[in-house]
Amino acid sequence: MSLIKVENLCKDYKNDSILTPVLHHLNFNIEKGDFVAIMGPSGSGKSTLMHILGLLDRPSCGTYELDGKDVTKMNDDELAKLRNHKIGFVFQSFNLLPRTSVLENVKLPLFYSHIPLKEHNERAQKALESVGLGKRLNYLSNQLSGGEKQRVAIARALVTEPEVIFADEPTGNLDSKSGGQVMEILQNLNIEKEHHHTVILVTHETYTAEFAERIIRLKDGQILSDEKVLNRKKAEDGLIK
Amino acid sequence: MFLLQNLHLISATLNKNKRRTFLTMLGIIIGVAAVIFINSVGAGAQSLIFNQIKSIGSNLIGILPGGSEESGPPASVMGIIITTLTYDDAEAIINRVSHIDGVSSYVSGSATVSWHSESLDTSFTGTTASYVQVEDTQVAEGRFFTKDEEKDLSKVVVLGSQAKEDLFGDQDALGETLRIKKESFRVIGVLKKRGSSGFQNYDSQVFVPLFTAQKIMLGIKHVSFIRAKVDSEDHIDDAVEQIKQLLRERHDIANPEQDDFSVRNQAQALQTLGSVTDALRLFMAAIAGLGLLVGGIGIMNIMLVAVNERIREIGLRKAVGATYKNILRQFLAETIFISSLSGLIGIVIGIFLSFLTSLIVKSLGYSWEFVVSLQSIILGFGVSFLVGLIFGVYPARKAARLEPVEALRYE
Repeated sequence: MSLIKVENLCKDYKNDSILTPVLHHLNFNIEKGDFVAIMGPSGSGKSTLMHILGLLDRPSCGTYELDGKDVTKMNDDELAKLRNHKIGFVFQSFNLLPRTSVLENVKLPLFYSHIPLKEHNERAQKALESVGLGKRLNYLSNQLSGGEKQRVAIARALVTEPEVIFADEPTGNLDSKSGGQVMEILQNLNIEKEHHHTVILVTHETYTAEFAERIIRLKDGQILSDEKVLNRKKAEDGLIK
Repeated sequence: MFLLQNLHLISATLNKNKRRTFLTMLGIIIGVAAVIFINSVGAGAQSLIFNQIKSIGSNLIGILPGGSEESGPPASVMGIIITTLTYDDAEAIINRVSHIDGVSSYVSGSATVSWHSESLDTSFTGTTASYVQVEDTQVAEGRFFTKDEEKDLSKVVVLGSQAKEDLFGDQDALGETLRIKKESFRVIGVLKKRGSSGFQNYDSQVFVPLFTAQKIMLGIKHVSFIRAKVDSEDHIDDAVEQIKQLLRERHDIANPEQDDFSVRNQAQALQTLGSVTDALRLFMAAIAGLGLLVGGIGIMNIMLVAVNERIREIGLRKAVGATYKNILRQFLAETIFISSLSGLIGIVIGIFLSFLTSLIVKSLGYSWEFVVSLQSIILGFGVSFLVGLIFGVYPARKAARLEPVEALRYE
C-alpha cells in the first residue's frame, strides 16, 4: 500500500467569480521511505500541491489517500490531528516562535498531541540531538544563525515521529554551507535505519532536488515528468551553488 | 482547565510585551480598584452615620407635627410650620402612656450669643428639664435647669461644650451673664462633649428653658417636636400605638388618615437613610462598572492587534496540529489571564486605598470602620474574569478561524 495515493487531483482558486485552475488532474503514488522532490518554476503549482499533500489545504476535485485513508472527506479537526501525528513541516522561512527557547519551539507539536507531558522534554532533546543541536536547548530562537534555525525546524518536524516530512524550499534562505548541512540531515533522515522517514522536498533548484531519489516535475499545474534521479547526490558532496 | 494548560504560552507572551500588556491592564486595574474603594468607603460612611444615629439612642420615639405617609418625610422637614403640637401633649404622654421613661419637648431658633467682646452665631434649643435624661447627656459643670425653671420664664442658659469653648475659652463660664436676643441669661451649666450626630452638632448649641424660648425669644405656643424615651426596645411598637391614640383623642381626630402629627422611631429613620446610601453606592458602582467596560474594550482592541501580529504563529500552530479549539482557547485564556490578573492587582490597590482613607478619616477624629466586604472582592474578580471572557471571544474566534495556508503565507 502506498503512503500517498493521488488520483485525478485538481485545485482551482476562485477570485471574484473568476476560476483560476492551479492543478490539473494529477495522478501519482509515493511509497513509504521514498525521498521525492517536487520541482517546478514559480507558479507551477508545486507549493499548492505541497499544501494539499500536507493537509493544509483541500483539493477541488479528485481523491487523496494518506496511509490508506481518504482525507478529502475529513473535517478540519481530523485533519489537524493527522497533521500532528503523521506530518512534519520544514518551511523556507523557518517559522520559529520568536524570543522563545529552542527547546520550547521543538516541543510545540507535542503540546497538541496525546504524548504524555513528562515525555515532552526527553523527546524534544532527542530530536535536537539528531540535528546536532543537543547543546543549544536554552538558546532563544533569535540568537541562532539561519542554518541553526532550519535545523531547529527540522527537529520540530521530527519530534512527533511523523510518517512524512514536507520540506518547502528548506535551503531557500540559507547560504550554501548551511544549506548543505540541512540537505545532509534530510537525506540522513531518509536513509538511516532508525528514522527511515519519507521526505517530500519542494524546490525550484535542480541541484537541491538531486539529493532526492525521484523528481516529479510540474509545469502549469501538470506533471511534466516523474523519474528516478540517476546521479543522486550524496550528502557528503555538499551543496554547490 | 484550559487556563492552566495554556499558562506557559501566556506568560511567554506577556513577558514579550510587558509595557503594552501593562497599559492594557491599567483600564481593568483602575475599574476594579474603584469598585473595591467605593464599596469600602461607602460601607464605612454608612456605618459612621448609623452609629451616630444609634448613639442618640434607639429607644427614642420622635413625635413631629403634621401628618405624613409612613415612609415619606414629615411636613416639618419640608419647612412648613405646623402649630398643632404643644407642651401639654408632652405632659399627657408622660402621664398616660405606659413604658415611657421620659418625654422632652423642643423648640429651636438661631441667635447671636455674646459675652463681653466675644460673640457666637449659633442655634439655641428651648427644651424641658427632662432633656438630660431623655437624650442621655451628661453635665460637665454646674447643672441643667429644673422642672420649675422650665415653666417660670427663668433666664438661665446651659452651654454645649463647643459653645462654651468658643465664647469663654479656658475661662470659667458658670455664673457669667450672656446676651441672647437682647436678653441677659445666666450660665448655670456646661454639657459634656457629645460629638456631631447625623446633621446636627449639639456641642455648639446653647440650651434654654422651654417656656423662656417659646414666650420671650420666639413668641410661639407650640413645640417643634417631642421625644419620648421608652424603657425597652420591645415596648416601642406598643408605645407608638398608645401615643397615636392619645394624640388623636386630644386633637379630636376620628380618622387616622387625618392625623396632624407623625410618630417615628429610630429604626424607621435608619431604614430610610440606609436605602438612600444604598442607592448612592449602587450609583457609584455603576460608574465603576462603566470603567470596567471601557477597560474590556481596551483589552479586546489589544488582543485584535496581537492576533494580527501573530497570524504566522497561528498558521504554524495549525500546521503542527492545533485545532480550532486549541487556538480559540489559547487566545481566550490569554485575555482572561490578563483581565483576571488586572482584577487581582485592582483589588489589592483598592484595598490599599480604602485602608489609607480609613487612616486619614480616623486621624480627623471620626470613628471610621475599615471594611472590605468579601462580596466586593468576589464581584471585582468575577467581573474582571467575565470581561476577559466576553471581550476575548471575538479576537480568539478571529484567530481560530484563520486558514492555515493563508496564515502561513501572511507577510
